Amino acid sequence: MDPWSLFRSIFYILVFPGLLFLAVAGLAVEFADRRLYARFQNRQGPPWFQPLADFVKLVAKEDLFPDGADLWMFKTVPIVALTAATVSIFYIPIWGPHAAFQFDGDLVVVLYLLTLPTLCFFLGGWYSTSLYATMGAVRTLTQLFAYEVPLFIAILSPAVLAGTWSLSSMAVFYQAHPYHAFANLFLGLPVALVALLGKLEKVPFDIPDAETEIVGGVFTEYSGKLLAFFRMSIDIEAVVVSSLLAAVFLPWGMDLPVAAVLALYVVKVGFVVFMLALARSVFARLRIEQMVEFCWKWIAPAALLQLLVSIVLSGVL
Amino acid sequence: MGTVTIPIGPQHPALKEPAAFSITLVGERILKSDVRLGYNHRGIEKACEQRTYTQDLYLIERICGICSHAHTTTFITASEEVAGLKVPPRGLYIRTLISELERIHSHLLWLGVAGHEIGFDTLLMYSWRDREVVMDILAMLTGNRVNYGINTFGGVRRDFTAEQLAEVRKSMDVLEERTKYYIEVATSEPTLAKRLGGVGSLSHDDALRLGAVGPTARASNIQRDVRRDDTHLVYNELDFKVITDDHCDVFGRTVVRVLELMESYKLIRQIIDKMPDGPVSVKAPRRVPAGEAVARYEAPRGEDIHYVKGNGTDKPERVKVRAPTMANLAAVSKMLEDNNLADVPIVVAAIDPCFSCTDRGIQVSDLGRGRDETLAWGALRAHGIEWWRREAGVDFASLNRKLSQSLAAR
Repeated sequence: MDPWSLFRSIFYILVFPGLLFLAVAGLAVEFADRRLYARFQNRQGPPWFQPLADFVKLVAKEDLFPDGADLWMFKTVPIVALTAATVSIFYIPIWGPHAAFQFDGDLVVVLYLLTLPTLCFFLGGWYSTSLYATMGAVRTLTQLFAYEVPLFIAILSPAVLAGTWSLSSMAVFYQAHPYHAFANLFLGLPVALVALLGKLEKVPFDIPDAETEIVGGVFTEYSGKLLAFFRMSIDIEAVVVSSLLAAVFLPWGMDLPVAAVLALYVVKVGFVVFMLALARSVFARLRIEQMVEFCWKWIAPAALLQLLVSIVLSGVL
Repeated sequence: MGTVTIPIGPQHPALKEPAAFSITLVGERILKSDVRLGYNHRGIEKACEQRTYTQDLYLIERICGICSHAHTTTFITASEEVAGLKVPPRGLYIRTLISELERIHSHLLWLGVAGHEIGFDTLLMYSWRDREVVMDILAMLTGNRVNYGINTFGGVRRDFTAEQLAEVRKSMDVLEERTKYYIEVATSEPTLAKRLGGVGSLSHDDALRLGAVGPTARASNIQRDVRRDDTHLVYNELDFKVITDDHCDVFGRTVVRVLELMESYKLIRQIIDKMPDGPVSVKAPRRVPAGEAVARYEAPRGEDIHYVKGNGTDKPERVKVRAPTMANLAAVSKMLEDNNLADVPIVVAAIDPCFSCTDRGIQVSDLGRGRDETLAWGALRAHGIEWWRREAGVDFASLNRKLSQSLAAR
C-alpha cells in the first residue's frame, strides 16, 4: 500500500466522512432537530452549542454501574454502537457519485451495520438487569422487527431499479437517468421516513424509551461517558441514515462541483431532519402493539408495492 | 408466560407527586395493580385544630397547589355556616368568579399533562402557553398565580373594578378561541384517538359503585355535579350545562374536560354581567359557637368535602378534608385492569390525581418488632419524647425545666 492511499484511508476514517465530521454533523443534526421541535411547539429552543455542552457534561460525569449487571457487556455495547454507526458512512456517497469505499453489495453492509446500534441498545438494556431497562430492551427488539423489513425493502427498491447493489453505482446510474428517481419518491421515501422514526426511536415510535412509562428505557441505568457514547451514536446514526435516504431517494445533482454537491447534501439531510422533527411534533406516542400493527398492516405492504413498481419499471424502462 | 411486577413510583417520571403503583404484568398486559399512598402526609387536619379560623384558611389553601381556592371556599363555607355568617352577594360572586377561573387553569393544566403522559409534548406546550392567559388574569385580580388568598372569614379580601372585569371578559374570548382548537385536536387527531379511545374503561355501573366524582364520573355518563346538585355560592343564579359523555374511557374524560372549559367561559361572562354592587365582606366574629357543618364544592377534579366542628373558641375542634382524588382512587385499579403498561400513566393521570391533597392519615408499621398499632396524639407525643431521651440523650423534661428556670431568673 502506498503512503498516499494509507493517508487517504486514515483521513477518511478519522476526519471526513469519518469520526470528526460525523460527530460535528451529529451534534448539528441534534441541534436542528431540537430547535425545530421547539419552534413547532412555540418555544425558543436551545442555543446552538447545547448538544455539545450536554455531551461534555455527560463525559465529565461519574459512571455508575448497577449491581448485577454484566460489566463487560455493559461497558462494551456503547462503543460497538458508536463504531457501527460510524463505519457505515464510508459506503455512502456524499461529495460526489463515489463514496469513500465501494464494492458491489455495500448497500447490504450499510443496512446491516445500521441494525447494529439497535441491537446494542437491546443488549445494553438487557445486561443492565434493571426492570425498566429490560422492558425497554424487549420493546426495542419488538419494534426492530416491525420497522426493519419495510425499511430494507424501501431502500432496496431504488437498487432494484438501478440494477446494482452498490450505493456508488446507484448514484452513477441515477446521474445518467435522473427521472428514474421519481419512481421511488412517492411511496419509498415516506415508508423509509416512517421506518426511520422507529429506528431513531422518536415520537410516535419512541416506545423503547417512553419516559412516562419505563423511565429511560434501555438507558435507565446508563450514566456518564457510556450514556454520552450512546447518545452520540444515536446522533451519528441519525446523520448516517439521513445521508443514506438522501443518497438513495434524492440522488440528484451528484455530478456537480464538489462544493455544490455538499451544499445539496446539507439541503437533503436538512429535509429529512425537518420531516422527522415535524412528525415528532404532531403525533402522540403509540403503544407497542399499535406500532407493530401499523407497520405490518400499512408500511410493509406499501414497501412491497414500491418493490413491485421498481421491478416492473426496471423491466419496462 | 411469567409475570413481572413493575413499580411505578414512589419516584417515577410519570408521577408528579409520590405515590406507589405496583403493576403486575403478563408481557405488556396488566394483570393486577396495587396503589399505596402516604408519602405526602403533612398533618394539616391536626395543625388546623391548633390555629384560628383565619390562620387555618391560609393553611387549607396550601392543601393543593392547583385547586387552592376550592379548598378554602369549602372550608370557609362550612365555618361560616357554623358561625351563622351571611356573606354579601358580591362576595359570593367574586368567590364564584375565582372558582371558575381556577377550573379553567386546572383543566388546561390537565390537558397538557395528559398530552405529556402519552408522549404528545406539543399539546403540553400549547395548552400551558394558553394557560398563562388565565394565570395572568388570576394574578391581576388577586395578586397571586397559585394561592390566591382571596377568601376571608365573612367574604373576600379584594373588590374588583369594572376595568379588571372587562379585562377578564376580553381574555375569555381569547381562551374560547383556543379551546375550540383543542376540542378539534382532541376529537380528530388520529394518534391521540388511538391512545385515548377505549383506554381505562370505567362503566356507568362501576363508576357509581366505586363512587367516582367529577369529570371521571361524568365521563361515565353519571349526571353528578355539586354545582347543580347541592347549590353553593351563586350557581343557582347562573345557567350552565352539566357536561357528560358516554365513552366511559380516557377519551371521554378528555372530552368532558375540554367541553367544561367552554361552560366555564359562559359562566364567567354571566358572573360579570350579573355581579351586584355592594360590600364584599362582613365583619366576622373571632369566636365561633359550638356546632358542626359539612360543605360540598365542585372542585375541578370533583366533589370536595370539608367538615368543620366549632367549640365556642377561635379554633376549630375538628377539621376533616375529603379531597376529590380520594373518591376517584378506588376506580383507578378497576380502570387499569386488562390495559397495557403503556396506558398506566394516562389512566392514572385521567382522574387528575392530586396525591398530596388526598393524604389525610398515615399508618406506620413497625416491621422490626412485628407491631402494627395506631397511636393516638398523646401516645405519639409521649413516644417521641421517650425516643429522643433513649436514642439521642435529649431529655425534654429537663430542657423545659431549665428554660422555665432561666425565664424565671430574668
